[in-house]
Amino acid sequence: MSGDYILEMNHITKEYGSVAVLKDVTLRIRPGEIHALLGENGAGKSTLMNVLFGMPVIHSTGGYRGEVIVDGEKTNILSPMDAMDKGIGMVHQEFMLIPGFSITDNIKLNREITRPWAVSRVLGSDLEFLNRGRMAEDARAALDSVGMGIDELALVSGLPVGHMQFIEIAREIDKRGIKVLVFDEPTAVLTESEAQQLLGVMKDIASRGIAIIFITHRLDEVMDAADTITILRDGTLVQTLDKKKTSQEQLAALMIGRGDESVISVSRREKEISGKVAMEIRDLWVNMPGEVTRGVDLDVMEGEILGIGGLAGQGKIGIPNGIMGLYEAAGKVKLFGKDLPLNNAAGALKCGLAMVSEDRRGVGLLLDQSIEDNIVFSAMQVNGRFLKKWLGQKDAAAIRAHADKMVADLDIRCTSAQQPVGTLSGGNQQKVCVARALTLEPKFLFVAEPTRGIDIGAKQLVLDTLVRLNRETGMTIVMVSSELQELRSVCDRIAIIAEGRVEAVLRPGDSDVEFGLAMSGASRKGGKRK
Amino acid sequence: MNKKSFTEHIKKYAVTYLFIMLSVFFIIVSGMDIHYVASQLLLRLNRNAFIVLALIIPIIAGMGINFAITIGAMAAQIGLLLTISWGVSGIVGILLAGSITLVLGSLFGFLIGKLLNKMKGQETIGSMILGYFANGAYQLLFLFIFGSLIPLSDKVTIVGATGVQNTLNLTGSVGLYKAVDGIFQVPFLTGLYVLCACAAAFAVFQYTRKKTSLRRMAVTVGVVVFLAALTMVPAIGDIFRKTARHNAITVPVITWLLIGVLCLFNSTVMSTRLGQKFRAVGQSQTVANAAGIDVDRTRVIAIMISTVLAGWGQIVFMQSDGIGTFQTYAAHEQVGLYAGAAILVGGASIDRATNTQALIGTFLFHSLFITAQSAASNLFGDSAVGEYFRAFLSYGVIALALVIYAWRASKKKKEGSLDLSAMAKN
Ligand SMILES: Nc1ncnc2c1ncn2[C@@H]1O[C@H](COP(=O)(O)OP(=O)(O)OP(=O)(O)O)[C@@H](O)[C@H]1O
Ligand SMILES: [Mg+2]
Repeated sequence: MSGDYILEMNHITKEYGSVAVLKDVTLRIRPGEIHALLGENGAGKSTLMNVLFGMPVIHSTGGYRGEVIVDGEKTNILSPMDAMDKGIGMVHQEFMLIPGFSITDNIKLNREITRPWAVSRVLGSDLEFLNRGRMAEDARAALDSVGMGIDELALVSGLPVGHMQFIEIAREIDKRGIKVLVFDEPTAVLTESEAQQLLGVMKDIASRGIAIIFITHRLDEVMDAADTITILRDGTLVQTLDKKKTSQEQLAALMIGRGDESVISVSRREKEISGKVAMEIRDLWVNMPGEVTRGVDLDVMEGEILGIGGLAGQGKIGIPNGIMGLYEAAGKVKLFGKDLPLNNAAGALKCGLAMVSEDRRGVGLLLDQSIEDNIVFSAMQVNGRFLKKWLGQKDAAAIRAHADKMVADLDIRCTSAQQPVGTLSGGNQQKVCVARALTLEPKFLFVAEPTRGIDIGAKQLVLDTLVRLNRETGMTIVMVSSELQELRSVCDRIAIIAEGRVEAVLRPGDSDVEFGLAMSGASRKGGKRK
Repeated sequence: MNKKSFTEHIKKYAVTYLFIMLSVFFIIVSGMDIHYVASQLLLRLNRNAFIVLALIIPIIAGMGINFAITIGAMAAQIGLLLTISWGVSGIVGILLAGSITLVLGSLFGFLIGKLLNKMKGQETIGSMILGYFANGAYQLLFLFIFGSLIPLSDKVTIVGATGVQNTLNLTGSVGLYKAVDGIFQVPFLTGLYVLCACAAAFAVFQYTRKKTSLRRMAVTVGVVVFLAALTMVPAIGDIFRKTARHNAITVPVITWLLIGVLCLFNSTVMSTRLGQKFRAVGQSQTVANAAGIDVDRTRVIAIMISTVLAGWGQIVFMQSDGIGTFQTYAAHEQVGLYAGAAILVGGASIDRATNTQALIGTFLFHSLFITAQSAASNLFGDSAVGEYFRAFLSYGVIALALVIYAWRASKKKKEGSLDLSAMAKN
């Protein structure tokens, strides 16, 4: 019975130019259910949601075919505003927040609470005064309902990425009359505990009768939170399943169209790493909001892959950000025996450091430029590679060869390496970032959450590439990740950060109990351990 | 930390500090009488502030410096032309010209806004080019259409030919000269004392209502007392007072009130829903659009407001003390340039501007303007250099501001992507 559904998207087909990215996809959602939408990078998940939300990219590229039925009524959603009026809200994969605005102003953007006065009565409601007091109250309530204690008047710029996600959600919750709420990879930028908090919030929202469409790459989350699951592959509908009648393995197989690849495995290192210290960190303090590092002492050995793990907000993300000069830092850091200037981003770069940031939005891709140009951009700027000897022209052939190799290595899903980065799916953009950092061939690489928002198959490729570079070129890698499993599969040693300090340095083979204790800050060993 | 915020401050207002030093230097080098400089400055401030203030809203809405305010000035000149032709004089005439400006300015602003929406990201240059283009249309209108298709009285047309006279006169029987300025004039010092008293009273009042901190109240009162005390120093007070050598400097109260009202308007608009839209659109069109704000419409409104305000500013300018006549075919030409340069000198950038910046900028820019000629001829022994210097100054300021902006933006971008664009092997 179609009356059961709050939202139906029937036989949706969308083409970008001659490429069909959605082929006859049907999605039906009941009120109060959490409906997971699964698929590899580039499967068309975001595009389907863009159709639902009436995003300009859809209409400016020829629209779509098929019908959208909201609450039993056939509609054609023309703009995001239109979608909102019809009760569809979206938490975007790319944050839709204004950095220079306070949290309150963002939550209430274009839905401000106002006070009429003489002039506005004559000239229209646009001239009503903002009632900042009541706006702040509403924002406070919305923030509380997603479990965020932060000051509602703080500016958004400078907040940690995880917080922004919750602000987006708070904004959607604050909207009245919302029927369907779309979460496009909300947990991709969250740490595990934040993700748990988010799933709780989602269940809470669903229990109020609001339908949720949940896009994610984490199958455990799907099994935890979703009621129904729809899987897309290459723009086609594979299947819609009931959560109770399926398993992670089945989902993985359906998504990728191959066997189970959810377990990441990496060949172990053959020869021992040298005893030389690559980076010596002493009493490092980093003032990164939400991820404050408080006096970290750590030695990174030359040629190793060192993992940095720990719970959200404990300060593990602060370490690379502080050393790279992106946030205010104090302490002493030596790189290959030489002092590294702190609070000096340019200085850090000059010393041969590179970093893949956890902040997807700050990755600074040139969206209009092609994949190949983005991949070689930094290497060209910084060490003058990919330039011809004479007159320094771009060496197109070398660039193409290199880019094609990266595209193949990391499985960047694209029509060709000349495709503009802006038209790639979110996960594939992330892969371009990784490719760009690797192209620099740094001696020392920080990677923070390198596999966020990347599907299982691609995750394996990214990790494999890191390991291969480490083995072949001896590149020292420090990998910060909230996924312990990932750390344990590729790292030689893993430092666990709790309360801003190194709680323990463990071996991947150490027991779960030891990891658990260290993460909770109750490790017997305490302090440093070589 | 403190030292850091100090250098930040200097960096942010580098242009302003540069110009403060430059204008002090110029005033000294020009060897001009300080009384003359002060009276000219006040005169020019009250003439030009209105137009400069008209630039603020488009800047906040992310459209850069609206050089198309030139077109607002054209609307005002059409309004003045018709008013003169119809023989309406005095304050009624000004109100009539103002109404015509309101209608024409809104219409022109609407069209400019629509056009600028087609060249997003290039608004500053776009509006400049639009100004030049409109100038052509204006010439055509005044040369061939007025007087033939649109009948005008022979007070403003060239007898025996088509077209409008080369210069239009507001003085004498036309009765528009000083129609606002002349309503109520007080000596500068009296005005200053009244203003000081009001400011102090307001600060105390706000404090008793617990709307401001003790410290802020004390600072306000302190500044006010200091200013008043300063004028008690004979050497300073005598600049403004009547002495054997010169008359007292007077200020037109109504014009200043109008400027005050415009400042209030700017800040009031910014605390309304519309103001929030301007800000949001200025900071991120993508986010504003996703929040359901009609970005294009908001931008058009910003330009319409700016165009009308600039038109009114042009009327304020034309009627003001010491003008009296204007070049029909050229009076609007430099309006955008000078106003844009002034606001930039005041420390505004193409994405940030406040009332204070507009006022300070007008003050500094015109202090250079007044002294440039003498200073240049004293320095280079050639008075012709001074003329060029003015144009050099205005264009120089604008170019400098654009360069600084582009530089800052690229620095910001770099900081954003630092994490990746790393230096490899050294
Ligand atoms: N504006 C555009 N122009 C051309 N092609 C586009 C555009 N936007 C997306 N595509 C293509 O559409 C396909 C689907 O992209 P989409 O963003 O929907 O993927 P996704 O399922 O959300 O992936 P991810 O998990 O990586 O976010 C991709 O191949 C992408 O390159
Ligand atoms: Mg996506």
